[in-house]
Amino acid sequence: MAINRRSFLKVSAAGGGGLLLGLYTQPKASAQGRGGPAPAPPDPHVYVKINRDNTVTIMAKNPEVGQGVKTMLPMLIAEELDVDWKSVKIEQTDFDDTKYATQFAGGSLATPQNWVPMRQVGAAGRALMIKAAAQTWTVPESECSTSAGKVLHKASNRSLTYGELADKAWAMPMPDLKTLKFKDPAEYTIIGKPQRQRELPAIVKGEPIFGIDVTVPGMLFAVYQKCPVFGGKVANANLDEIKQMPGVRQAFVIDRPDITEPVLPNDPGLESGIAILADTWWQAQSARKKLQVTWNEGPRANDSQSSAVFAQRAQELSTQKPHKTIRADGDAEANLGSAAKVVEAAYSYPFISHAPLEPQNCTAHVKDGKCEIWTNSQIPQGGRGLVAKALEVPERDVTLHMVRGGGGFGRRLTNDYMVEAAYIAKTAGVPVKLLWAREDDMTHDYYRPGGFQFLKAGVDGSGKVVAWRNHFVSYGSFDAQKGDVRFANAAAMGPTEFPQRFVPNYALHTSVMELGIRTGALRAPSSNAFAFVIQSFIDELAHAAGKDPVQFRLDLLAAGGPAPQAAPGPFAAPGLNAERMKGVVQLVAEKSDWGKGDLPKGRAKGVAFHFSHQGYFAEVAEVSVDAAKKVKVHKVWVAADVGSQIINPSGAENIVQGAIIDGMSELMHQEITVEKGRVVETNYNQHGMVRMAQAPPEIEVHFLKTDNPPTGLGEPSLPPILPAVANAIFTASGTRVRSLPISKSGFSWA
Amino acid sequence: MAYKLNVNGRSATVDASPDTPLLWVLRDVLNLHGTKYGCGIGQCGACTVQLGGRAVRSCQTPVSAVGNAAVLTVEGLSTDGTHPVQIAWQEIDVPQCGYCQAGQMMSAAALLARTPKPTDKDIDSAMNGNLCRCGTYLRIRQAIHKAAELATSASARTVQTAQNGSR
Ligand code: FES
Ligand code: FES
Repeated sequence: MAINRRSFLKVSAAGGGGLLLGLYTQPKASAQGRGGPAPAPPDPHVYVKINRDNTVTIMAKNPEVGQGVKTMLPMLIAEELDVDWKSVKIEQTDFDDTKYATQFAGGSLATPQNWVPMRQVGAAGRALMIKAAAQTWTVPESECSTSAGKVLHKASNRSLTYGELADKAWAMPMPDLKTLKFKDPAEYTIIGKPQRQRELPAIVKGEPIFGIDVTVPGMLFAVYQKCPVFGGKVANANLDEIKQMPGVRQAFVIDRPDITEPVLPNDPGLESGIAILADTWWQAQSARKKLQVTWNEGPRANDSQSSAVFAQRAQELSTQKPHKTIRADGDAEANLGSAAKVVEAAYSYPFISHAPLEPQNCTAHVKDGKCEIWTNSQIPQGGRGLVAKALEVPERDVTLHMVRGGGGFGRRLTNDYMVEAAYIAKTAGVPVKLLWAREDDMTHDYYRPGGFQFLKAGVDGSGKVVAWRNHFVSYGSFDAQKGDVRFANAAAMGPTEFPQRFVPNYALHTSVMELGIRTGALRAPSSNAFAFVIQSFIDELAHAAGKDPVQFRLDLLAAGGPAPQAAPGPFAAPGLNAERMKGVVQLVAEKSDWGKGDLPKGRAKGVAFHFSHQGYFAEVAEVSVDAAKKVKVHKVWVAADVGSQIINPSGAENIVQGAIIDGMSELMHQEITVEKGRVVETNYNQHGMVRMAQAPPEIEVHFLKTDNPPTGLGEPSLPPILPAVANAIFTASGTRVRSLPISKSGFSWA
Repeated sequence: MAYKLNVNGRSATVDASPDTPLLWVLRDVLNLHGTKYGCGIGQCGACTVQLGGRAVRSCQTPVSAVGNAAVLTVEGLSTDGTHPVQIAWQEIDVPQCGYCQAGQMMSAAALLARTPKPTDKDIDSAMNGNLCRCGTYLRIRQAIHKAAELATSASARTVQTAQNGSR
């Protein structure tokens, strides 16, 4: 299978949002077609080492940031290679696009991108073993079988271990990938069985496996102080004084050209600032606290770049002619006029920060024009490009070692900290470990874009949704002359956003405001906000129509007809398949005893579904709300359809439960406020998350296996929980919350 | 300033300014990287160690305040990953990214030393200072119950004895 690295990078450069999935829509932009290197084929010689002691070393190629991919991808290889999982050792590869395809963590893409090629690696290895054994015994290959790292010839009761066969097998020509036969899933011994993360022993012993733990002899520790306003530059600073501080070895200003584009680039590269290098990080950090800097804050430091102004301006824009119409099916206006019931509501959600628990860091060493980097980037390829450009060296002279990351959530899809480390190391002439303080991380993120949605919809006498209009006020730039809108990164809404195609008269308009802070993809980009809006508003419609919220959703899903054909290409992504979604809505209703039994006053269930990243998720939350607006989520039920196979059930359940809790944090706690172009919140005390006592005591996860290729679940599992809880809050308390976080409406956890 | 510390049963002399948080002494002076930095303001618990058997945030503990109190870090829980919380954490397959887990385990081990059979309420209050950005709380709770079970079962008794000895 040709995996197209060029197109996936292009997508990431285009930036987050649903656009990570843009990969699916650009299958023809082939690397070969543009004269780039051929994609690395699935080759067991590259991924598998058979050791003399019959253990097997399998290379894990993708960045591990807690999604379990370092265990999951080798499982695919080991299964088809047919070895004993206990005999498998796993090694992390470096970044090397001449050997490995798509070394990337994002878009819940690891499963769909690797399900076939990684099993091909294993199956090709197994085929070579059989070939070598058959030749050794001079018997037909068809008489040979394999089991747990051995080739067997049952007729003569002979067997050879892979260890004994490896030299011969690995010298044989590669089999044609098309002739390989995969195992029948009924025979799986590894896939589909709960496998523990292979790095558990190192984690529980506190071994230095994370980016922040990297140590290079002779290295100095660095902090990098940037202007609170994006693009600001150092006018002057008391560097002479700083250099006298204990432990400080170097301090210098980095000055970079202005970025003047109205929409900030996704990964703009190195920014201006002040680097301080010391013998320990605490010394560098202590010296930084004594910095006195006069910043030239630049054009983004103005009053209009403030959250309060954005909210006011969005309100104004909603009453004016939209900048652009993204989609118009039928005639929404006329049908809103004639509908039996019309509901109108304004929803909003703030900027939020990724805030992975391990703050951004990177270790770099530049010597003789070559750069060596240790990174937990989710997209090392993009970082390599930035580093090569900033250091003015060819990409091949930049070596990237991939280190475990303490969470990603999309933050490490931008490589600002990598290019900073490399540039500082080059300037300083010594190896450098750059570590951002939490405050750097929270004030220099690529935020989940905030947004405003002004909705109006109508239902007819039978409760059918006949018209839907959304004026989506987002961030970006508007070219009044061309009538064209360019959205900020991850701040777009596409023309097929639900319930498009399920409502005959559907209009989606947009207007945008210019934005001076960076935005990007956060776990389930756009969906993490859109699901809250759309599934809450659908709930409002259900109540207005006097219908049960589950039945109303099933009826709505029945109105859409078949899913449109996917564009051709290896990762062509079909649109929402209503039958699959109905399947999970019905399953979650059944598992949660929806509509059965009476709950005490102040306690209720809420339901929501959302389709993203090819995953179908429906979720129910049982919630109580007291008079003081204290909220307790007692239990959550999740029903998911991500295809025919859950590769690692232990990891899958863990990730889905985590997504529920993550979504609850977004619902209750998280907001980044902008004031005069700078971010106000600096740490977890102002941008919090759910703690253990607040987490639902029970989260039941049910997978509905369907005859579809396996897809990812880290992202699509998150979006429905926000509206599921919000809808339950409405039923329990009568209060409809239309703005995030709900703490601003007086709610808190019980 | 020179400070004589007792870390994981060994004595170590370190040179650091008095306000240096124990966290950074452990990480950057003693090269014990298991203890993690997450927030630096006592909010996340990634930096949790035990000081005289109590779970404390090492980012909020200046080295000058440590004195003779025994410092226990994740590296000192056991020599071979066999402390009951370490076994339970592996059995339940708790971590996602794993970054918070050293701190979680240090809080859990302190709880179990004090309260060998904790209730869910005990767990909620003991673990309140430890954030998990990945949301592994359900498994952490399960693993603490499991560790409590292991610690009282015969198989783990020897491990436990070794632990108490090393403190
Ligand atoms: S780093 Fe100490 S509590 Fe967060
Ligand atoms: S496992 Fe990632 S922060 Fe807890």
